[in-house]
Amino acid sequence: MIRSVFSDKTILWAFVGFAILSLIGTLLPNWVLNNAMFGLARGLAVLGLLLMWRTGLISFGHALYFGLGAYAVAMLEKFTGTTDIFLRLLAALIVAGGVGFVIGLVLRHYRGIFFAMLSLAFSMVLYGVLVKTEALGSTDGFSVSQTTFLGWRPSSKYPLFLSIIAICLLATIGVQLYLRSALGHLTTSVRDNEIRVEYLGYSVARAVHVKYVISCALAGVAGALIAMALGQVDPDSMVNWTVSGELVFITIMSGPGSVVAPFIGAITFEFLRTFAFEWAPHAWQLIVGGTLLGIIFFLPEGLWSLIRRLWTKKERRRDRYTSSAGARSA
Amino acid sequence: MQTALTILLDGLVYASYLFIVSVGLTIVFGVMKILNVAHGGFYAWGAYSAAYAIGLASELGFPDWFGFILIGLSSALVGVVLGLLIERAILRKLYEHEEVIIILATFGLFLILEDLILIVFGVNPYFAYQPMVFLGSVELGGIFRDVYSLTLVGLAALVALACWYALNRTKWGKILTTVIHDREISLAIGINVNAVFVWTFVASATLGALGGAYISPTVSVAPGIGIDVIVLSFAVVVIGGMGSIPGALIGALMVGVLRAVAVHKFPEFELFVIFAVMAAVLMVRPEGLFAPAKARRI
Repeated sequence: MIRSVFSDKTILWAFVGFAILSLIGTLLPNWVLNNAMFGLARGLAVLGLLLMWRTGLISFGHALYFGLGAYAVAMLEKFTGTTDIFLRLLAALIVAGGVGFVIGLVLRHYRGIFFAMLSLAFSMVLYGVLVKTEALGSTDGFSVSQTTFLGWRPSSKYPLFLSIIAICLLATIGVQLYLRSALGHLTTSVRDNEIRVEYLGYSVARAVHVKYVISCALAGVAGALIAMALGQVDPDSMVNWTVSGELVFITIMSGPGSVVAPFIGAITFEFLRTFAFEWAPHAWQLIVGGTLLGIIFFLPEGLWSLIRRLWTKKERRRDRYTSSAGARSA
Repeated sequence: MQTALTILLDGLVYASYLFIVSVGLTIVFGVMKILNVAHGGFYAWGAYSAAYAIGLASELGFPDWFGFILIGLSSALVGVVLGLLIERAILRKLYEHEEVIIILATFGLFLILEDLILIVFGVNPYFAYQPMVFLGSVELGGIFRDVYSLTLVGLAALVALACWYALNRTKWGKILTTVIHDREISLAIGINVNAVFVWTFVASATLGALGGAYISPTVSVAPGIGIDVIVLSFAVVVIGGMGSIPGALIGALMVGVLRAVAVHKFPEFELFVIFAVMAAVLMVRPEGLFAPAKARRI
């Protein structure tokens, strides 16, 4: 089992990448560390959307689970005073996964535009409740106090950063293993031809449902992590439909090529946002919208395809050298 | 009784507003099969340009009734310029893509339109109350209402009537119905589908801008006004059935009245009710409440 995990190149590279990132983290100034945390956490939600996207489904309502995760953290603190990271994550996982399971029972029968619209409707229901209910913080939301680790209250943000990295790594490995399993291989088959999958004896609805619950749980954990890193939850920046749109945007920008792509995409997005706010505060959405159109037109496989292209070019060049050398010797 | 009347009136006014905004959305979906998020951008542009023009005209000393002409002019201008530009330059190249990708592209356009507003009109809110003041207010069964919002009902009726007439009594309407029914066959019998698409899109953009322009005297026109409107019109269009004009009418009436009831009786549920109904309709009848049954094409 362990050997099969590490023989997977993607997992190996993810491991190396995250390890390097955690080392670099000790040197980074605070704002870069913060941005990296937001990026990685958002990357988790995007990883979930990538799973859906590979089946050809786009959810315009993943802010529902993102928000549920974040509010689970805030509510847990409000009612029980718990600030422990494990309990917070567990709460987010249970709430987001549970709601995702129930809603998934309905959503698994929907495709295309109807899937997008129904998930939008569900997420707006939560938004409507949160915005109008005083007891749930209304439009102001709640503040979230510092995360503790089994009673230990660290003085810097680095431990939280490390935990986020660890969670991202675990999620990446988990998702990669899932994609390699029989159920995961159905991902692209369902996209290509649902009826044929049914004839092969698999339940398409079940495959979609499992995938949906995984992606909801990931979005929930992502929301919880953002809440912890930001120290604040509020409906407009966590549950409104624009948040779902943003997550979908990062998914498209990252590209469906690899399970590592969401993290690269989300971190890029986070830094792009910081610099945009610095230089052109009123043009941030313009930049996002323009990038979205640009990617749809010119880079339909996302940022990952750029990396991929550099990689294959190197390989091709090596192939050319070896083959021409072989020809000469012959 | 008094409250019931207020609710009914509020609901009717709000429904008229929603209908004007969402009828364009449903037309574009019916003809082009595009769920156009950028429609919220047309709405915002209509609102801003009308508010700006009315403010300018009042500064220059034009009479207050002139505002109505400006509302019409600015929405037509926004609709034609933005509609033509977006259809010709961007959507045209995307028709071969999957429908979810097209939604995303229109989402990108929506974001761009939002920020262009900030760049062109600045971040401060605009107030264009002149047309509303001009019409004054009236007493209806003990309730005071401004006449302006009542004219909204008339405008909505006019738009509905015009749509019905154009679709059922003109040659254009017949062509449009053919394209809605089957794009390929329409091409085969010599209909210029591209031209139909362009005009449909421009008409829809104009209607979206008209919605924004007409509502602008009653609200403060501030950044982000398109964000809430577009999801509300999604709800309207989905409830009535995507692509159906009578559906948009029914959806708007339902959402309008439900919202009015919620606002007066259970204010916490204002948004909840609308989207809960939207979700319920999608679960029970995804094709919309009153949409006719369609034969499945293989």
